[in-house]
Amino acid sequence: MATDPVLLTILHDSEAAGQSSGRLRRVVVTGLLFGAIGLYLAVIGLLVALQQRWIIVDVLGLGQATLAAIGLGAGATIGHRSRADGAASRLVQSVFAGAFAGGLLALLAVVMRVVDLRWIFIALSRPLATMLTFGIGAQPLAPLLLILGGAVFAAIGMLLSRLPPRPLRILAAGAAAVVGAGVFQELIQIMMQSSAPLDALRTRIYSWEGLTAPGAAIVFAAGAAVAGAILWIAGRTRRTVRPERPGATGRRQAVGLILVLAALVVLPLMAGSYIGLVLLQVGLYILMGMGLNLEIGLAGLLDLGFVAFFAVGAYTMALLTADSPHALAAYTMIPHLSFWTALPLAILMSVSVGILFGFPVLGVRGDYLAVATMGLGEIVRVVVLSDVAAPLLGGAQGILQIPRPVLFGYTLSGPVQLFYLTLAASVLAAFIALRLENSRLGRAWTALRDDEDVAQALGVNLVRVKLLAYGLGAAFAGLAGAIFATMVASVYPSSFQLLISVNVLALIVVGGMGSLPGVVVGAVVLVGLPELLREFGEYRYLFYGTALIVMMRLRPEGLWPSPVRRRELRRDEAELAMAEPLPALVPGERA
Amino acid sequence: MSISAAPAGRGAAAALRRRLARLTLADVVLWTLRVLLLALVVAGTVGTILKGRYGAAQWVDFVVFGLTIGSIYAQIALGYTMVYGVLRLINFAHGDIMMAGTFSGYFVARAFDDSGFLGAHPVAAVLCILAVSIAVSTGAAVLAERVAYRAFRHVRGLAPLITAIGVSFFIEQTFRGLFGSGVKSYPDLPWQNASVMLYGFSLPKNDLLVIGGAVLSMAVLYVVVHRTKIGTAIRAVSEDVEAAALMGIDANRIVVFTFMLGGAMAGIAGVFYAFLFKQVYFYMGFTPGIKAFAAAVLGGIGSVPGAMIGGLLLGIVETVGPTLFFDGIGLPAPYQLRDLIAFTILIMVLIFRPNGLLGERMAKQRA
Repeated sequence: MATDPVLLTILHDSEAAGQSSGRLRRVVVTGLLFGAIGLYLAVIGLLVALQQRWIIVDVLGLGQATLAAIGLGAGATIGHRSRADGAASRLVQSVFAGAFAGGLLALLAVVMRVVDLRWIFIALSRPLATMLTFGIGAQPLAPLLLILGGAVFAAIGMLLSRLPPRPLRILAAGAAAVVGAGVFQELIQIMMQSSAPLDALRTRIYSWEGLTAPGAAIVFAAGAAVAGAILWIAGRTRRTVRPERPGATGRRQAVGLILVLAALVVLPLMAGSYIGLVLLQVGLYILMGMGLNLEIGLAGLLDLGFVAFFAVGAYTMALLTADSPHALAAYTMIPHLSFWTALPLAILMSVSVGILFGFPVLGVRGDYLAVATMGLGEIVRVVVLSDVAAPLLGGAQGILQIPRPVLFGYTLSGPVQLFYLTLAASVLAAFIALRLENSRLGRAWTALRDDEDVAQALGVNLVRVKLLAYGLGAAFAGLAGAIFATMVASVYPSSFQLLISVNVLALIVVGGMGSLPGVVVGAVVLVGLPELLREFGEYRYLFYGTALIVMMRLRPEGLWPSPVRRRELRRDEAELAMAEPLPALVPGERA
Repeated sequence: MSISAAPAGRGAAAALRRRLARLTLADVVLWTLRVLLLALVVAGTVGTILKGRYGAAQWVDFVVFGLTIGSIYAQIALGYTMVYGVLRLINFAHGDIMMAGTFSGYFVARAFDDSGFLGAHPVAAVLCILAVSIAVSTGAAVLAERVAYRAFRHVRGLAPLITAIGVSFFIEQTFRGLFGSGVKSYPDLPWQNASVMLYGFSLPKNDLLVIGGAVLSMAVLYVVVHRTKIGTAIRAVSEDVEAAALMGIDANRIVVFTFMLGGAMAGIAGVFYAFLFKQVYFYMGFTPGIKAFAAAVLGGIGSVPGAMIGGLLLGIVETVGPTLFFDGIGLPAPYQLRDLIAFTILIMVLIFRPNGLLGERMAKQRA
């Protein structure tokens, strides 16, 4: 479970506060913490939402699996924290911690039966009650089952945590394979139908509704076998120690990127137009991510008004091409333009606005810059929404009837065609971003990010470099905005909220600041996944918020960090560890 | 050539020439921006006054409402400013901490309304609502500090702010999950819509309640920060963490207490905000939050009196401004541009006077 390390650090902190804390305290704190997580998931309604997806049809739902994972997590935590104790003591501790966690949920089930709190907590619904009582209703046995379940899973979790790492990894891979195959069954089934041998395999492991129990066993075995094989090969190659060549990581990243691209080209062909739509959105976010990455990842300028550039691109496209009274062609001499002639103009317009944006905030630094740019973005939105700009931009109703792009007489009408357009744009943009990163300008940005004053002292023209960061970042967003406008065929202010800026920021943080492949990974994880798991669509932003906090705390370099960034963060940690024992002796910044 | 010997006119001309030579494009743009904004404000004001469409009663209405909303901004701004003082952190989630209390208080208000308690004992009922709101907001603030911010106490750079954005989302979405995404409206009390006549102007009782409550709570806060031992400790930590630690102050405890104070003020402010605008929903904290931040920056972030003055000032400018500045130049529906004023003030202060009105060195140190 991805959340476990967080909890471990929290536990670690709280434990460190009182050294004398005994086993009882450990059991109570662990049980309370994991029980609280369960309660939280139940009360915000996520547990019921998760339960709507089967992992194994009619056997195991995703919600039940989550509850089990909470039990396992409680046990594993005890397992890690009680190394000094004997086996029997560990088992007893984990059983009690699990029972405690289960007890909290049982308490919720009892409370739900006694008082109706639905007028406050909308998630305390009948499905939740059914789930927590395992469908046996008002029996007094039901709460006991939760407690017992917690104890059993915690015991298993404790035992698993004592396993050596290799078998544990193999088991985890098997379990992950089952969860993946079960949760994404729809997508996988569609893709497997494309060829006859795969289809034969599909009918073995899937029923029409999802993964069957025997199928789950096969998938588990396959996942475990693959993991075992990989570990075995890795173990063998590690024995022959090879010094890593300097270019090796870069080359490996390039190979990875090409593989991802190939998958992106093939996927919509196999999986149909819904996947095409999902990928189209992912592609647009990748474009925006690459733009914001220039600003944040390279130049260190945290820009929360980024959505404004996206909006400028979209509105320019709309004004130039739309078949509407608000289009420029309707009341000026400018003729209706095609998508392809309007596209460079939209990008150019975004760049100008980016530079215009950059001017006033040139002297604003760090956190303040984030707030200032957010203010600028909001100003744009307020003005567009108001009656002042309504005659020009259509106010809240926006501009409608934007035509789709036409290429050699062929209209790119469907999401899959538009996705290929986005993909082509992304590849081009990625190439530009990569070249920028390694250019003189890119190095100037990096210098700016690391220390503005030093950069200036070294002869970096701050004004020029900053404005170029805003302008070029805006170019990417403008491109995305222009494609977005033709995708939805209309633009209105409510499409351009601050949320978009934060989404783009989140995907950069999750992928790894300053890392191009990181942008792709971040977009797939934060935009693609929630789109595929539509039942939890309303919990997507909860996921974003949690991802921001967790990533910043546990893996600030991101899922696919840039090599430079990783080195820097490691070095910082080393320095911090050295500096920590003597904080008072470090010379202060203020003399 | 010695400067003292040169004729005054030539010296001034040379100085001017030197300054012009050093003028960059950025300076030109910023000066143009200043002049343009000033021209807009002057033209709008003159135009509105010449038109004379609004009488004294209306202006008094605007100012009173401005003071009301401003006193709420001031309360929220205190949370930003105090946390910034001790941690140098922009608590991006502060608006959502306010929402947490307000939303919880709503259910108390509704229960009281259903049972008739709200009508029968309004004072006790309002105090109960406030108590719940304060408790939840304080709890949310302390929890956010403990789970999210504490790990970043010694981290510089963007990580703390990004975490704060994450916390903001987390709180919003948690409350959306808990209470749903619909808009709920605080129950209306009959006396809230009544007015008091004073010197021939009618003042809504609701506004008086909000101003009175805010002034009282801010007075208490001022006493806590400036007259008690723990308040002295807070000020010591804001001034110099290391020196404070050497004086035997437990910085951890002070940080938690600061978050508690900020949370409590936000809890009170949120209920008042709901009394004014009635509507409660999970995203309601964003706008007052960002405006209160603007108020804190305007007053000088890190300064307690600055936050109070900044809040009141922002409230008044925001309510008087649309009519005064925009009506005169003939813009349609000027009230729609209300938010524009707060954001413009925020950006202008950040660009031209990052220390705000009263902040002397806080902003400089960080930058």
